[in-house]
Amino acid sequence: MEPKPIDLLLDCFRKMLLIRRFEETLSDLFERGALGGTSHFCIGQEACAVGVISAAADTDYIVSNHRGHGHLLARGLDPVRVFGELMGRTIGYCGGRGGSQHMCAMDHSFLGTNGITGGGIPVATGAAFALKYRKESRLVLAFFGDGAANQGTFHESLNIASLWKLPVLYVCENNRYGMSVPVSASTSCLPIAKRAAAYSMRGVTADGMDLLAVRRVAAECIAHVRSGAGPVLLELETYRFCGHSKNDPRVYRSREEEARWAERDCIVLLGKRLREEFGISPDRLESIRTEVDAEVEQAVAEAQAAPSGDDRCALGGVYA
Amino acid sequence: MPELPDPTHETYYSAAVNEALDEELARDPAVVLLGEDIGVYGGAFGVTRGLFQKYGPERLWETPISENSVVGMAVGAATLGLRPVVEIMFMDFIALTLDQILNSAGKLHYMYNGQVTVPMVLRTPGGAKGGYGPSHSQMLTNLLVGIPGIKVVAPATPAAAKALLKSAIRDPNPVVFIENKRLYPRRGPVSGPDFVQPLECAEIAAPGSDLTLIAYSAMVPLALEVKKGFAAEGGADIEVVDLVSLQPLDTDTVFESVRRTGRVLIVEEACRTGGVGAEVAARIAAECLDVLEAPVLRVAAADTPIPSSMDLEKIVLPGIPDIVRGVHELMAW
Ligand SMILES: Cc1ncc(C[n+]2csc(CCOP(=O)(O)OP(=O)(O)O)c2C)c(N)n1
Repeated sequence: MEPKPIDLLLDCFRKMLLIRRFEETLSDLFERGALGGTSHFCIGQEACAVGVISAAADTDYIVSNHRGHGHLLARGLDPVRVFGELMGRTIGYCGGRGGSQHMCAMDHSFLGTNGITGGGIPVATGAAFALKYRKESRLVLAFFGDGAANQGTFHESLNIASLWKLPVLYVCENNRYGMSVPVSASTSCLPIAKRAAAYSMRGVTADGMDLLAVRRVAAECIAHVRSGAGPVLLELETYRFCGHSKNDPRVYRSREEEARWAERDCIVLLGKRLREEFGISPDRLESIRTEVDAEVEQAVAEAQAAPSGDDRCALGGVYA
Repeated sequence: MPELPDPTHETYYSAAVNEALDEELARDPAVVLLGEDIGVYGGAFGVTRGLFQKYGPERLWETPISENSVVGMAVGAATLGLRPVVEIMFMDFIALTLDQILNSAGKLHYMYNGQVTVPMVLRTPGGAKGGYGPSHSQMLTNLLVGIPGIKVVAPATPAAAKALLKSAIRDPNPVVFIENKRLYPRRGPVSGPDFVQPLECAEIAAPGSDLTLIAYSAMVPLALEVKKGFAAEGGADIEVVDLVSLQPLDTDTVFESVRRTGRVLIVEEACRTGGVGAEVAARIAAECLDVLEAPVLRVAAADTPIPSSMDLEKIVLPGIPDIVRGVHELMAW
């Protein structure tokens, strides 16, 4: 039986909270020096991941970028194993080989996060090619940022996908910055969705802070792609509330600008709509938050207790 | 030359590659060809000639001139079970694909902890053929052998080209398959559709006892000529080892030969610095010092781009006189 629309929305709300809590916890772990390397948090952008992924089928493939925790959790991966991967534990989705930027879960049709800006776009396009070749009705969701839209791979891939009518939805999360560079300083053609016209494909811009809008527009795009009519470029206007990665003092933007965007916090907005338009009680929303907080706390503890990989994990498996 | 089991006919190197593609397309519906001008035109060197007419646009996908993304697409398609074979028109153009070779093809299986495999082949002709100039002539094996996760083969004969391409297509790993413009018109026996050859094996192309001459790709025929020359004059008895596989290296076959001869000359068409020859020399030095009667010597292309003028090209590339000089130098120790 199809779940009721309100249950779907509550699940979206829960996932957005989960992602936020996950990222905040991770940020704390970095601050305490408990983790090596770096990570890119998607705080503020949760509605993009959850909106698009909840509008797709669970069997549709996802190719993600360096800012991928939201996509992983929105697809329903186990937070214990995602934390485990970030901590280099054997229970991690890639046994600690991949970490944040290279995490894959094929049993969730998750074809990987990718640490090369724009590197996942052709991989996603090729996966879509395979699906079309085999006449499958699945499609590929390719997530990337505004910065990646200036890579050659973006232009090359969109051109080919449009020519060959490949089943791929390109999702550009325009969070206004590529690391420190504002999109207005990096990109000659805005909105980015306008670039779709150069490849004779549909381009759509939507409010990435409004979960319901993202879901609605994504569902339309997905229906178009699944019908065989070709790829779509969906640009979601959003904002990352945190720094680019850990230890980013955000000297390239003002606190006033951040405050303006904070007023459009996707979680606050969705909570408000759930209360006002769907009659969900504040208590119910609060209890979801409490559950999520406990789940994340438990997940960190479980992941931390798991063992690290050994020599075989480090040195083996280079070739199939 | 080692005996080829059941040679069925004789053909050109380019035609041998074509036969392998043809037979694998027929055998496995997961095999697709991607590349520039590989359709009715038959590819820049005519290697895919006739295949488009036979298999159509469902199996041969003529791509825009977008090398990096086409290789990335092959990777993505391979992770979902296709067996794409990409043609990159000239080896120099792999520069445009290196991101996807290095960061996707070579890493996905490892970094995703075995959840995906990348059974794809990148075919490309390397080497100089007289006058193609700096952007169309290099043998860029140096760039490839430092990339973990990919296999690199460079067959020297039509027989090996056919058998190894079939193996490469069936292999679960990404394979860079290096053809050679100078080898395309050479003829030799090839086997039928069922013969395949392991990818990781070097070959004794011609046995000998005084000196091991190690070569790959278009340097193998030169090495064999040098061997003949010395034999005709009653000079050194040269063993020619064709490396065939550059990544991984079949060092067992190499060491075994070196232990018999005690002298080593390595010939390659790539630049001297930091390449296959350097790697082979280092491994021999580490493993075979006790039997070496002379230093390991190398003959390679100069560390320059390849000039356009054919006279200048000859100066830069290793030729028979260079190899002969190397043999004399080693035998004088
Ligand atoms: C090829 C490449 N160049 C540069 C980087 C370093 N880098 C990582 S993320 C990033 C910014 C990417 O911006 P965007 O695509 O807009 O994504 P966002 O970080 O905003 O989510 C940069 C420059 C990289 N990882 N890969």
